[in-house]
Amino acid sequence: MNKIANATEGTAIETIQINVEVNGVAYTRYVEPRLLLSDFLRQELGLTGTHVGCEHGVCGSCNVMVDGATARSCLVFASQLDNAKIETVESLGRVNALHPLQKAFWEKHGLQCGFCTPGMLMTAKELLDRNPKPTREDIREAISGNLCRCTGYQTIIEAIYSAAQEMQGVANG
Amino acid sequence: MKPAPFRLERPDTVQALCRALAKHGDSARILAGGQSLVPMMNFRLVTPEVLIDINRVDGLDYIRLDGDVLAIGAMTRHVAVKESALVKANVPLIAKAYEHIAHVTVRNRGTIGGNLSHGDPSSELPAVAICLDAKFVVSSAEGNRTVRGADFFNGMFETDVHSGEFLSEIRFPVAARNQRFGFEEFSPRRGDFAIAIAAVALEMNGDTCVSASIVHGGVREMPGHMTDAEAALRGKVVSSEQITLAAKATVSIEPTLQNYHGDAAYKSDLLRALTARALSQAIGEG
Repeated sequence: MNKIANATEGTAIETIQINVEVNGVAYTRYVEPRLLLSDFLRQELGLTGTHVGCEHGVCGSCNVMVDGATARSCLVFASQLDNAKIETVESLGRVNALHPLQKAFWEKHGLQCGFCTPGMLMTAKELLDRNPKPTREDIREAISGNLCRCTGYQTIIEAIYSAAQEMQGVANG
Repeated sequence: MKPAPFRLERPDTVQALCRALAKHGDSARILAGGQSLVPMMNFRLVTPEVLIDINRVDGLDYIRLDGDVLAIGAMTRHVAVKESALVKANVPLIAKAYEHIAHVTVRNRGTIGGNLSHGDPSSELPAVAICLDAKFVVSSAEGNRTVRGADFFNGMFETDVHSGEFLSEIRFPVAARNQRFGFEEFSPRRGDFAIAIAAVALEMNGDTCVSASIVHGGVREMPGHMTDAEAALRGKVVSSEQITLAAKATVSIEPTLQNYHGDAAYKSDLLRALTARALSQAIGEG
């Protein structure tokens, strides 16, 4: 632990050194113990793909992967994540090289306003990592902790189902 | 930042955890999976001066058979309990309850000990623990003490874990061959907190019920036995008529937890229906 003068508050506040890997890049940072992972990603690292919705663990918009399993980033302190490996929606694909899930969400209208999409994508990625051939019921269960206020979910379920088929190489076969 | 400032302690042994608890007393809270505590901290409903993160503590994450008891370490994540073959084979009521517990992302981090220490009456595990008369091992620098399920919960969000103590293990009795179990709940979305719960453990002799443990959840400040329903089955053949009678006897439980999800009349009706279904499930006609 370190004490670093905080210019804005004018008092010495305790910070903790963390080494984390985010989307394959290693970072060393000093963080206040109360800094949430969601705020660490957005404000410290500028990774604004992770969306902050309810900020109390209900909506799933801020879901990211921590050591290969999804976590609500609004319910984890960055200070807990020394030596952790974190993956955010930015790790999936790029504008000209979309991940099959992103491509399927686009093609199947799996999003409208897009606010819940980063969390939906990371949750869907976890599902397909664990179960490459999910049924629609498996998908429904997997995304049950993610709220979407636009789509009515059916197009999201179709998008994930379609991505799973694409990734299995059967979509065109 | 949403939570109020706090100092972080990160013990890596049970001894260091006990020292930290003894040192900080009531000014400290324990951080396990954080799925209940951190939301309360984000709202500043809870503003601990010291947060003791026990995620690094060795030896609190296990599921093992200990004679006729299945012992689960307090830091065991929900995902591990839900997927455990040992749990399914030895304490089937836990496995049935986990069909309703949280969503995958919450189960990845949330812990069984954190859930029970939180003492939320709308949560599934407190009802299961009371139904099965599980034993809670509460530890401190002074040593361990064991508390019965029914004595562990003192009220809404209140448990028998006092200053300087922590819940270290939960001990569930292994199911006997003649026991039958049922678990039913109603919630707005699968995985959400329950509006009402019925948990059932029946000890059978053929078609006759020798003893019944029937527990409500989500309707009062604490889960508890529905003694009139239990009495309606004891010594009786568990026919569909007897199940209907037992379910009707749940009317003596007055729902006091009322919110936008349901008033007393609705919850009372739910309790009757869920109890009937859980009993049918238990005797294999669900």
